[in-house]
Amino acid sequence: MSKLRVVHYINNFFAGVGGEEKADIPPQARDGVVGPGLALSKALGEEAEIVGTIICGDSYFGENTKSAKEEMLKLIEMYNPDIFVAGPAFNAGRYGFACGEMATFIEEELQIPVVSAMYKENPGVDMFKRDMHIIETEISAADMRNAVPKMAKLVLKLAKGEEVGSPAEEGYHERGIRVNYFHEKRGSERGVGLLVKKMNGEECVTEYPMPVFDRVDPLPAVADITKVKVAIVTSGGIVPQGNPDRIESSSATKYGIYDISGMNDLSADDFMTVHGGYDRAFVTENPNLVVPLDVMREMEQEGVIGELANYFVTTTGTGTSVGNAKGFGEHFARKLVEDGVGAVILTST
Amino acid sequence: MRLELGKIKITDVQPGEVTKVENGTLFVNKQELIDLAMKDDRIKGVKVEFARPGESVRIAPVKDVIEPRVKVSGTGAMFPGMINKVKTVGSGRTHALVGANVITCGKIVGFQEGIIDMSGPTAKYTPFSETFNVCIVIEPVDNLETHDYEQAARLAGLKIGALVGEAGRNVEPDEVVVYETKPIAEQTAQYPNLPKVGYIHMLQSQGLLHDTFYYGVDAKQMVPTFMYPTEIMDGAITSGNCVAPCDKVTTFHHLNNPVIEDLYKRHGKDLNFIGVILTNENVFLADKERSSDMVGKFVEFLGLDGVIITEEGYGNPDTDLMMNCKKSTEAGAKVVLITDEFPGRDGKSQSLADAVPEADTLVSCGNGNVIVEFPPMDKVIGTLDYVETMIGGYEGSLRKDGSIEAEIQIIIASTIANGYNTLSAKMY
Repeated sequence: MSKLRVVHYINNFFAGVGGEEKADIPPQARDGVVGPGLALSKALGEEAEIVGTIICGDSYFGENTKSAKEEMLKLIEMYNPDIFVAGPAFNAGRYGFACGEMATFIEEELQIPVVSAMYKENPGVDMFKRDMHIIETEISAADMRNAVPKMAKLVLKLAKGEEVGSPAEEGYHERGIRVNYFHEKRGSERGVGLLVKKMNGEECVTEYPMPVFDRVDPLPAVADITKVKVAIVTSGGIVPQGNPDRIESSSATKYGIYDISGMNDLSADDFMTVHGGYDRAFVTENPNLVVPLDVMREMEQEGVIGELANYFVTTTGTGTSVGNAKGFGEHFARKLVEDGVGAVILTST
Repeated sequence: MRLELGKIKITDVQPGEVTKVENGTLFVNKQELIDLAMKDDRIKGVKVEFARPGESVRIAPVKDVIEPRVKVSGTGAMFPGMINKVKTVGSGRTHALVGANVITCGKIVGFQEGIIDMSGPTAKYTPFSETFNVCIVIEPVDNLETHDYEQAARLAGLKIGALVGEAGRNVEPDEVVVYETKPIAEQTAQYPNLPKVGYIHMLQSQGLLHDTFYYGVDAKQMVPTFMYPTEIMDGAITSGNCVAPCDKVTTFHHLNNPVIEDLYKRHGKDLNFIGVILTNENVFLADKERSSDMVGKFVEFLGLDGVIITEEGYGNPDTDLMMNCKKSTEAGAKVVLITDEFPGRDGKSQSLADAVPEADTLVSCGNGNVIVEFPPMDKVIGTLDYVETMIGGYEGSLRKDGSIEAEIQIIIASTIANGYNTLSAKMY
């Protein structure tokens, strides 16, 4: 088997080009190993070889992030890599940002495994740990000999499609990803055990710390609804018959926007629900129960509201992750605002 | 209240002339079961098929699972208020065919019935891959209204469960376990130095095919109440819901509630198990406020030092879970929650839909959004026609060869939020 091809990303300082005075150097590629690449190469062993090193000044990257990424992508592609390693960046903030940006960008563009390494207080950790593996290091380069073997081991596992262990086992920063495993005891037994400990005042560790939600403060009440364009947004899964955009019955990964211009109500011949979280029987007969077009049209005609938007926005709420829901909202809210919508009626099920 | 539960271990299921248990084998007269189900004129056809551990068999869409049981002595009969007269159960003696189950399946009711694989990589997610299953494949009459179909299938399962349970009436159990909880003054006096513990059992009651019944009462129409733990073992609570398959508390799981079982194991040793507070998970805020207030009141009134709370379903009932947690804490109890997680397919979102600071001790029953691969099986009991619209399935889930890619929430009781399984999730 031929060796896995590795491209290594480092900054001006670790490349030996110079310190702050050289932080503005533009991207450059060098064949083979440079600086910490030597240790990395040893740690990778026989299975992989560093074919190229990409160097960029931290200031240059910070000031020209978008173009620097594109430039370096071209350089990296020439090496046809199987693996991309960035850093370690230790506690260098700008370097950590560059490592995280480059690694996540290369993973997305080239679909190859990536890894970096940083100190816990490096801002790059919080920015990128969810999207990639970042090995935990000490504060300075003195920890190089510890960090590099962990990076090598992890990236080889990723490259070979082997199962990656827990953060503690592999030494990476906790990514905030919930992963299943089989415990030796069933949940109820663990629950009773925890309760006994808690009642005895002993330490008991929760299996899931409470999440933090991104609460949005409501805007002030609409001053004069008779002048405002209103749109209907629903998580009740109403879609045109046949579900043209294939919105899922649960755990939705997409939403749809469907035209209602010229309609006085939602006909059961034209609309259906794909929602998997409630009894559809009544809504199947009458989709207006979830997208109340019939009543909204009356209100529009009576002048209770200024105008009804000529479409509704829809997805399935059941099981849909907060991450997806937030993404949908941020996306379609822009359209609503562009279209002059001043108020939204959200219907849930 | 004291119940002797006689466990008759079942190690095989076979067709027979008479429904009976002999040397651990359950023989089933299939026609007898069919005839019983067919008495309901809403049912057009019934097939009875067996599924054993290790067989290349997939069962879908599964509605309910019922462990066959019979009341040998004591008041009342199995599933009071549903298929027998309302009469308090939970005392005397009951026999259970442990290792056997009646499973109702067939054409889908809603979206929320699931899959059981008897072998292969996904079998480990459901307890029913390890039991000898009598599958009742129900065909409703044409154009039967959904709610009527759900009820017909539900009652058929309970009736057949009780009928098969009769086979254990005169069989000597392999093991007899005695469970006892006394009236509160006596129970408190029995172990005066142990902390008093209760179990807050949240019954799924969102309605619209998400229902649970207590002595025949639809849980959404009740206010929180107190129950002796042994009542549940005689079928005081039955599942009527079509909630997401992964956290469906089947009737089997009510009969074999793991929290009750495990609290009894430490009863008299580390804790004094006082009883069960039953509450619901209604959708209106006023109902949530009322029910959780009453739960808190019970915790205070019973003087509980600790409670375990479980929920059924996810999303909306997370709010009930959190309100019960907060109010039980305020009433003076230490609280442990047991639930499952839905952080999205990438595992990166919040696992719950609601949170309170008091919920600082939680047991996780796993992440239901994880996608797994189901290889084709030699035999399908029921139908795979609905896989792509079942919870956990999606467009493209079902392939031509019968293999499936879907979230584990499509598997019956895979992440059941009462701690029956060993599956859990941790932070990576």
